[in-house]
Amino acid sequence: MIERAGASRSVLLIAPTGAGKTLAGFLPSLIALSQKKSRGLHTLYVSPLKALAVDIARNLEAPIAEMGLDIKVETRTGDTPASRRQRQKRTPPDILVTTPEQIALLIASREAETLFGNLQTVIFDELHALVTSKRGDLLALGLARLRQFSPGLRTVGLSATVADPPALAGWLVPQTGRGTAVADIVMAPEGAAPNVEIMKASGRIPWAGHMAAHALEDIYRLVAGAGLALIFVNTRAQAEKLFQDLWRINDDGLAIALHHGSLDVGQRRKVEAAMAAGTLRAVVATATLDLGIDWGDVDLVINVGAPKGASRLAQRIGRANHRLDEPSRAVLVPANRFEVMECEAAVEALAEGAQDSPPPRTGGLDVLAQHLLGLACGSPFSADDVYGEITGSWPYRDLDRPRFDRVLDFVATGGYALRTYDRYARIRQTPEGLWRVANPRVAQQYRLNVGTIVEAPMLKVRLVRTGRRARVGGRVLGEIEEWFIEQLGPSDTFMFAGEVLRFEGLAENSALVSRAVGEDPRIPSYQGGKFPLSTYLADRVRAMLADPANWAPLPGQVREWLEIQQFRSRLPGRDDLLVETFPRGNRFYLVCYPFEGRLCHQSLGMLLTRRLERAGARPLGFVASEYALAIWGIGDYGGLIGSGRLSLPDLFDEDMLGDDLDAWLAESNLMKRTFRNVATIAGLIERRYPGQEKTGRQMTVSSDLIYDVLRSHEPDHILLEATYADAASGLLDIARLGQMLKRISGHIIHQPLSRVSPLAVPVMLEIGREPVYGEANEALLALGADELIEEAIGEV
Amino acid sequence: MRSEVSTASRSGYPLAVNGVPLMPLPSGALWWAEERTLLVADLHLEKGSSHARRGALLPPYDTAATLAVLARVIARLNPRCVVALGDSFHDRYAGERLHGADVETIGALQAGREWIWISGNHDPEIPGSVGGTRVSEIVMGPLVLRHEPRLGAPAGEIAGHLHPCARIVSAGRMFRRRCFAGDGSRLVMPAFGAFTGGLNVLDEAFAGLFAAPLRIHAIGEKSVYLFSRRNLRPD
Repeated sequence: MIERAGASRSVLLIAPTGAGKTLAGFLPSLIALSQKKSRGLHTLYVSPLKALAVDIARNLEAPIAEMGLDIKVETRTGDTPASRRQRQKRTPPDILVTTPEQIALLIASREAETLFGNLQTVIFDELHALVTSKRGDLLALGLARLRQFSPGLRTVGLSATVADPPALAGWLVPQTGRGTAVADIVMAPEGAAPNVEIMKASGRIPWAGHMAAHALEDIYRLVAGAGLALIFVNTRAQAEKLFQDLWRINDDGLAIALHHGSLDVGQRRKVEAAMAAGTLRAVVATATLDLGIDWGDVDLVINVGAPKGASRLAQRIGRANHRLDEPSRAVLVPANRFEVMECEAAVEALAEGAQDSPPPRTGGLDVLAQHLLGLACGSPFSADDVYGEITGSWPYRDLDRPRFDRVLDFVATGGYALRTYDRYARIRQTPEGLWRVANPRVAQQYRLNVGTIVEAPMLKVRLVRTGRRARVGGRVLGEIEEWFIEQLGPSDTFMFAGEVLRFEGLAENSALVSRAVGEDPRIPSYQGGKFPLSTYLADRVRAMLADPANWAPLPGQVREWLEIQQFRSRLPGRDDLLVETFPRGNRFYLVCYPFEGRLCHQSLGMLLTRRLERAGARPLGFVASEYALAIWGIGDYGGLIGSGRLSLPDLFDEDMLGDDLDAWLAESNLMKRTFRNVATIAGLIERRYPGQEKTGRQMTVSSDLIYDVLRSHEPDHILLEATYADAASGLLDIARLGQMLKRISGHIIHQPLSRVSPLAVPVMLEIGREPVYGEANEALLALGADELIEEAIGEV
Repeated sequence: MRSEVSTASRSGYPLAVNGVPLMPLPSGALWWAEERTLLVADLHLEKGSSHARRGALLPPYDTAATLAVLARVIARLNPRCVVALGDSFHDRYAGERLHGADVETIGALQAGREWIWISGNHDPEIPGSVGGTRVSEIVMGPLVLRHEPRLGAPAGEIAGHLHPCARIVSAGRMFRRRCFAGDGSRLVMPAFGAFTGGLNVLDEAFAGLFAAPLRIHAIGEKSVYLFSRRNLRPD
């Protein structure tokens, strides 16, 4: 590291957690600073989390003091007081530990050039996580600008093990267009291989579900036998349920805590402090603890539910035993039979050291729009120069000039074909052709809207007494998404902060709830599909399923299940798509097994039901799981396919991504949600701040209305293009659906059955269990109105 | 995720104001069949460009979008008379920003029928570039049409201004929809404009307006649905 720093070379340091990456990243800067002659900002350290930034600065101050060095380290986050931020611009520290948003803000200030003129080093922590998000896009653009201020800039990336190190190394250095430039890659030696086992639960392995209730006693015994156990789950709902269940059987009174992103910040900090102090025995956590530094001596990681991806699992397991010489100990707890196979595939992948982390993103056009406005707030720029600058950044290296010009046009006047806003332009060209911000109000708006994290509107959850009219005050338990609360009826119960709560009503920005003792929650706050099953693991699971020779490591119950499937129906080959059809009750079912994750299956379900409807096959509904999709209806799918009136190759043809997709997107709430994020980041609509909603509601124009109007009047608008690109990889996972349709073309196998197959049981059990979310449902609105219309018929 | 595929469709349920039968339409317009008169409220034309003046460059197509919906309703019903119940234009400079093509569209819609602009707080003056009669309010038979509803007005008032919408519990789920709000003797119409938001009918702005029990006609995708107070929730 130090050698390469001496040669002023940029470097990517890949090391498992616990290898002392942070200090290694800083060391060359500390050496240089100890011999420095002039003051000024020398090193920027970028951390993805605010809390992490503060911790890192603190951890750095200790060795600096011990070595008696005269080096000033400061942090700058959204929480830093304005007075200190001003002072930092005038007299900067030697090392500034900060976040991507703060860098964007600094770049957009007039002082940027002097502030960053002598910058020597930028260190990116958790680079593997940053580069897969829009924050990474913003940061890459910021880095490109920092290089203009200080051309000799050296970068250091700190990363966990990833699938494609050269892509990450490329992210760190300027791209010239001829071939790919990469930073030097330094791989720290792998620590001792982790000791991972799959729990052989004493109970019966469930067919479906994600809660692993069958393994509860076994999990509790593991916790009791460990010093400090981290129990990872995939969703907030799972965390809530598992936490409650563990406490129900916690006869020894073990200190078990709960940690997820929706809990009150104070509550989370308390749990983290208790972990560090060693007073806890176990923490049930979601992805919020995935990133981060040592919070204690974790000696066991328990992963409940699906691992979802090999790299993801490796990083979670790395949380145990932050010392390289000792193996991490981990136990995987599959919650259902498919997850048993997924766990098995993940363990094999771990043993081979296989990685499936997602590659760095292609840069979002909405982020670019925000960045261009920020540049114009700083100092006037030439479009040619900036185009050259941003295409030097990894995420935008392939951006063509026409697209760049359209984004610039959007920033200036909205980019509409109907050019009516020239007089309201936000940025204008000077006589010399340089772009500058049109007036100070625009710069102010920019500063309020900076950043790429668009939070779903949240409501505070307040605990009140039940049935009381005067509902004031009440303890805040945390925050929950507005869209979730919007769908609750009065006295619906749900799980939150480790309790079952009854929804009492809304007041201002709060959802009022009371304790619902001894009731089953009616509505789980399930956030499915946040991390879809990786394509890599999916492929391994399909391969395992295809060949009975691979079943040896599976538990007897699971093997038996697959054997009966083989006997009653059939097993799909590794590249095949098995489609089963069968009658049940007075309905007909079509079940297929793409193994591409819930989001992708949901999109497939939406599109297939449209096509079946058109083919006269009368579908009624569908349900999607991580592994399968089931559609039911009145038409006899088996008969229709058998007699040739319904063609499966036509039904699953790639052309469904044309008109059918288009028609669905027009009315999809998921698409509208995606558009809201894009429009906010791009600066078309302003962020909503707490307290502002009430008064603002009538004045602001909702993003849904804007989406509808834009879509019907200018479907080629650059923001719709950006929205589509997001949806393709995000909530709708169209990109994966496209790959899947290509893969199965010519490999669809139809198996008509007289009854449900063993493989179909898990997804069939999801019917009625998964709540209806999101899409407008006219039929339900009509349903409630029916009775009243009958009642009212005589009155009018 | 589970989703029922449904195509339930039916025509809206009629309502009455002061004994006059009227048909609420899913577009947000109200059809007085007897008089072949179409009522619309709060078009807010040029709301997009009004925001653009203050730095939010919203798509400049809301006027065209609003007029397109209005044109479809007019083409289907061929009304003898159209009454716009105020706030037809978002601000007093809307006329200057109004696109030539949109002026022509308005002209074409007005051809061969009576057209009445009632003025509202947003548009005390209707732009000179468009035709039609300008009034502050108008009595038509048993009905009084005005922009802002008046507390204690006699039976027969139809107004806009408040942009009513409703949070409705139906079949165990919550919906938020624009709506017609009335009690048989008076009615507040939903806003018709493409960029118009809504105010919950249980908000205090509506307090005291309705003497008889409140009935709302909620606008769905394909029809208009009737609900009573017990199905409504505050924001």
